[in-house]
Amino acid sequence: MKIKRSENISFWYDPDKRAIVYQVGAAFFVAFIAWYLVSNTMTNLANQNIATGFGFLNKEASFEIGESLIEYSAADRYLKALSVGFLNTLLVSFIGILLTVVLGTFLGIARLSKNWLVNKCAAAYIELFQDIPVLLQLFFWYAFFYEMLPSPRQAINPFDGLFMCNRGLIFGIPAAHPVYKYMALSILLASVLIFFIKRWAKKRQDATGKIFPIIKVSILLILGFPFVCWLLGGSPTQMSIPVLTGFNFKGGMTVSPEFAALLLGLVLYTAAFVAEVVRAGIQAVSKGQTEAAMAIGLKPGQLLNLIILPQALRVIIPPLTSQLLNLTKNSSLAVAIGYPDFVSVAGTAINQTGQAIEGVMLIMIVYLFFSLSTSAFMNWYNKKTKLVER
Amino acid sequence: METHANIDHESVVKPPISSVGVIGWIRGNLLSSPGNTILTLIILGILWFSVVPFIQWAFLDACWHPDANCREATGACWSVITSNYKVMLFGFYPQHILWRPVTAIVLLVAMLFISRNRRYWNPYLGYAWLIALVVMGVLLRGGIFMLEPVEIGKWGGLILTLLLSVFGLTAAYPMGILLALGRQSNLPVIKTFSVFYIELIRGVPLISLLFMSSVVFPLFLPEGVSISGILRAQVAIILFTAAYIAEVVRGGLQGMNTGQFEAAESIGLNYPQTMRLIILPQALKIVIPPSVSVLISAFKDTSLVVIIGLYDLLKTTQSTLSEPKWMGFSAEAYIFIALIYFVCCFFMSNYSRQLERELDTGL
Repeated sequence: MKIKRSENISFWYDPDKRAIVYQVGAAFFVAFIAWYLVSNTMTNLANQNIATGFGFLNKEASFEIGESLIEYSAADRYLKALSVGFLNTLLVSFIGILLTVVLGTFLGIARLSKNWLVNKCAAAYIELFQDIPVLLQLFFWYAFFYEMLPSPRQAINPFDGLFMCNRGLIFGIPAAHPVYKYMALSILLASVLIFFIKRWAKKRQDATGKIFPIIKVSILLILGFPFVCWLLGGSPTQMSIPVLTGFNFKGGMTVSPEFAALLLGLVLYTAAFVAEVVRAGIQAVSKGQTEAAMAIGLKPGQLLNLIILPQALRVIIPPLTSQLLNLTKNSSLAVAIGYPDFVSVAGTAINQTGQAIEGVMLIMIVYLFFSLSTSAFMNWYNKKTKLVER
Repeated sequence: METHANIDHESVVKPPISSVGVIGWIRGNLLSSPGNTILTLIILGILWFSVVPFIQWAFLDACWHPDANCREATGACWSVITSNYKVMLFGFYPQHILWRPVTAIVLLVAMLFISRNRRYWNPYLGYAWLIALVVMGVLLRGGIFMLEPVEIGKWGGLILTLLLSVFGLTAAYPMGILLALGRQSNLPVIKTFSVFYIELIRGVPLISLLFMSSVVFPLFLPEGVSISGILRAQVAIILFTAAYIAEVVRGGLQGMNTGQFEAAESIGLNYPQTMRLIILPQALKIVIPPSVSVLISAFKDTSLVVIIGLYDLLKTTQSTLSEPKWMGFSAEAYIFIALIYFVCCFFMSNYSRQLERELDTGL
């Protein structure tokens, strides 16, 4: 209930009116700065004869890009060049996130090990890699791949089908065969199937108390489906092995030194932070929970799956996503070692067209898209895992 | 008392030799189960095959003398550092007056060392910092007291790294507090501006702001006005760090009990008084440890100015490495500056952990 004020209160002593004055003042201040910057920019752009707007996206890019997931040539438009960069950013972030989660979880668990040596090694790793700037680590790995590895002719060949040289890592892959497409599809199918089995199993457990071995079945399906596909497709074993012809390798798959350095640097750096997150999450589950679970007779596997993980994940997931988002943002440092990610391609576009404002805006929009979608996911997740208090 | 003294020492059974002392420790911590034993052996194996060759490379076979012929050595070539460390650490600062940046850095380290101790946290320390910063500025810039002037463009290497991080944080902190207060404010317009700013900045990588400072910012200025690249990068770092500090401070503000606000209101304090006298002193104390984390990442992030071509520690090292004589010795040079960064960050993160323990009042 609002207390009724006397009518003859003076303007400056009425908090509501004063609040309006403050806000109008702030709005004017921001508007003035914006107007000042925009008008300066307009004058400067006009004086320097720089075009404005996103029209340049439709012009010919006329620069080559070293690595691309899609077909691209210098004759393509800027839009295509930028999407090549965007896909490269996605690629390095996606693989980086997978590897970081695995390595980080491993290190986080090692950090809690009762084995003194394992524990201290993990601690030393975490401290060392957290405290060195990621850019320096990227330069270090780039120098490692570029300077310290030999030229293709003297490539290190630890075992058949793998070559390491300053052109990158070159390794054999299964030769192209239509069966692999079906194998990928079957994995997708298996995932959908697992999703439904999981729902059914939960419903059945809620109703009858019977536990379904969901994890074993999932692993069986995920591995079994592609395997059956492979058998049905005539089990192709043909490999594409790289061979040295002249100055370079033919066949196989090449991972460029830029990509390898970027991936290695980002993964090793972020994994140190993820390890701390995982450690804190596991430690956050109180010991009584473990003891209680043991007291009611849960097996170690059940203890981990039903008691520890659900509680630890609630603590782990929010900081984990922010670390993985950091990895995505740090992948923009690719520009420093010459990997054509989005920032790098946009930087080239800025240099060529001079349209700096549009270029920087595009970079910001792309990364804002990543971070806003991540925070949308986080809100959804937090709502889903919120403790229901009864 | 007597009864205790009468115990026959011979009859007291000592713990078995295998469960105390070194052997007991090894059994308990390294070999407690077959799995653990295997793990220990694997780790020892990995350490043996990585650390021993590293020591061989870095110390036993290494060249240290500035004039050593590195190309023929099998080990590390530390000569790249012993003969170039002045350029790496101080950039293009005139070589004959290097005592000035050295003194400034020593002064900074001394001030940081004194500030570690919470007993000295009082207004006088603030004044001392102000004086120290001015003295450092005078030492570096010169131009008065018969000191030879050195323009800011020539400050490089470690000086630039420290400059960007120290000034970045001192300027970003007040701005971050204002933004945090804005975000917690009841006034919708101010709240919207703050939220928009914080989320925008936190959503984009620092490199995009640095790009902005180097290519877009000149367009913002009226004709004929230009600002040096270092200052523009400094502004970008301040704007970036402020958003992160705002979130840290917001955490502290949200941790405050509503009773504190109500109590302040009931004794008739207005908003600025409430904040200055009641809320901020308590909230800022809570957020000291996370602020140190922000400081650490700001310090590490200053290395990104390499990408827009400023000569910080990383860039001076790279320019050394681009000389034909030192080409190919990147590993040694990078390990050296990694060590500098590591030592700084390690002390800061240790300090933040120590503070966390000290400030933990068990609530």
